[in-house]
Amino acid sequence: MSTIFGIPAPALYGQILIGLINGSFYALLSLGLAVIFGLLRVINFAHGAQYMLGAFAAYLLLNYVGIGYWPSLMLAPLIVGAVAVVIERTMLSRLYSLDPLYGLLLTFGLALIFEGMFRYWFGAAGKPYSPPAQLAGGVNLGFMFMPIYRGWVVIASLVICLGTWLLIEKTRLGAYLRAATENATLVQAFGVNVPRLLTLTYGLGAALAALAGVLAAPIYQVSPLMGSNLIIIVFAVVVVGGMGSILGAIVTGYMLGVLEGLTKVFYPEASSIVIFVIMAIVLLVRPAGLFGREE
Amino acid sequence: MRDAPLLEVRDLNAWYGESHVLHGVDLDIREGETVTLLGRNGAGKTTTLRAIMGILRRREGVIRLRGQDLLKLPLHKVAQAGLGYVPEERGIFASLNVAENLMLPPKVAESGMSVEEIYRLFPNLHERRTSQGTKLSGGEQQMLAIARVLRTGAKILLLDEPTEGLAPVIVQRIGDVLVALKERGMTILLVEQNFRFARKVADRFYLMEDGRMVGSFPGPELDAHMDQLHEVLGV
Ligand SMILES: Nc1ncnc2c1ncn2[C@@H]1O[C@H](COP(=O)(O)OP(=O)(O)OP(=O)(O)O)[C@@H](O)[C@H]1O
Ligand SMILES: [Mg+2]
Repeated sequence: MSTIFGIPAPALYGQILIGLINGSFYALLSLGLAVIFGLLRVINFAHGAQYMLGAFAAYLLLNYVGIGYWPSLMLAPLIVGAVAVVIERTMLSRLYSLDPLYGLLLTFGLALIFEGMFRYWFGAAGKPYSPPAQLAGGVNLGFMFMPIYRGWVVIASLVICLGTWLLIEKTRLGAYLRAATENATLVQAFGVNVPRLLTLTYGLGAALAALAGVLAAPIYQVSPLMGSNLIIIVFAVVVVGGMGSILGAIVTGYMLGVLEGLTKVFYPEASSIVIFVIMAIVLLVRPAGLFGREE
Repeated sequence: MRDAPLLEVRDLNAWYGESHVLHGVDLDIREGETVTLLGRNGAGKTTTLRAIMGILRRREGVIRLRGQDLLKLPLHKVAQAGLGYVPEERGIFASLNVAENLMLPPKVAESGMSVEEIYRLFPNLHERRTSQGTKLSGGEQQMLAIARVLRTGAKILLLDEPTEGLAPVIVQRIGDVLVALKERGMTILLVEQNFRFARKVADRFYLMEDGRMVGSFPGPELDAHMDQLHEVLGV
């Protein structure tokens, strides 16, 4: 069997794949967080809960309504996005004039409520969710065995990230969003309905988290705490990439995922802290993050 | 109602937090007129524009556009009612290129200039349309800030010191643009400290001091009011 730096090659490739999978979720979630933070200046602590809600929406749609994976990819983000729109309109929008800390506290509280509710209803144990028949099984790539669903997740997340990036960089709506991130008052003085833009952005960010949740359901199992386990890492990713930087969130997400995977191979003891060590170093050397603009 | 002003401001008071900055400002602009607001630093000129636009929310009094009460409108509805704002700090967006900056404000009426017309008026902007907005020179940024609201079909332009800090040739260019706009029938509220520049376009002057209007006279009477002007402007 071939080895690389004394590590069996299949094990190395396997960990890189796992790193890419985790990185896909880091990227998807930090992307939504970065967009929300950029425009609303709210650190959305409910992001992990919204990811969990996406996964649960898919699970419930399947087990109670008989709606499968593919429609859920659309429906779950719509449902969670709609809930987020109501939250923004009725609660979050009242806090914009106050210290950003209030938005953080509100979303943190909401996350606890959602997670508590689902734990009360469904228990803490993970629930299985099978990948759709079309994506079951795996292929032998010659150098390693790859479950088809995992390959799909990596590709789907890349497409979603690229699509979101294009939406922000190349469309009129994206131009409003970028401009309002710089100076919301002036954009509104030009006649753009900025309050509605904020609502839409929060809804879109939450929908993105929910989409990630559906993608994650067949891999990590569906459980009320699946989001809170992940969100702390995702916050670190956002900090490393640079608060509010879209490209930074995406690139850093994949990068740190793979790095974490590699650490598992070469120095497993450090694998659970490597991301936070990097965060600390980046904060010391470049406080605005790798892709952030110094202010 | 033919002579009724297009924009009518009555007894306007405005506050930054607790600090009372405008004290009963009155101002009229008729259709097609260019009105210039003069006053020294801190007189309240910018504040007057910000209060009219609704950017400064803490205000009392009357602001009517063609009889429509602007005071009650949310901020984004004021532009839609026909006011085009060119802020003192220009407000060019760094994350947008020149073309995106130009296209940013939504159209409010069909009467605006086409993009081709705008690029003919400002050839530099066309040349640099893919550059980052804030990479332009100060003069070009000012042109962009003006061009941006010409596309929208706004009825009234609110221009806050468009010549501030610019070289004489650029000031001349901006003067030409204002004359051209005036000939097209645009209504303009111009804030200036440079009255030699303003006299080329102004149909009427207002003098402002300590948040109050202290004088008003037609453009041609500027020379007759030099003493008052020097006193108010402190020049
Ligand atoms: N954001 C603010 N908060 C508190 N006070 C302010 C603020 N902006 C301006 N002021 C005060 O309001 C008064 C009027 O300021 P304003 O900017 O309207 O003056 P101006 O006539 O535009 O002056 P300039 O010619 O320097 O632009 C000044 O006393 C100024 O100190
Ligand atoms: Mg000013």
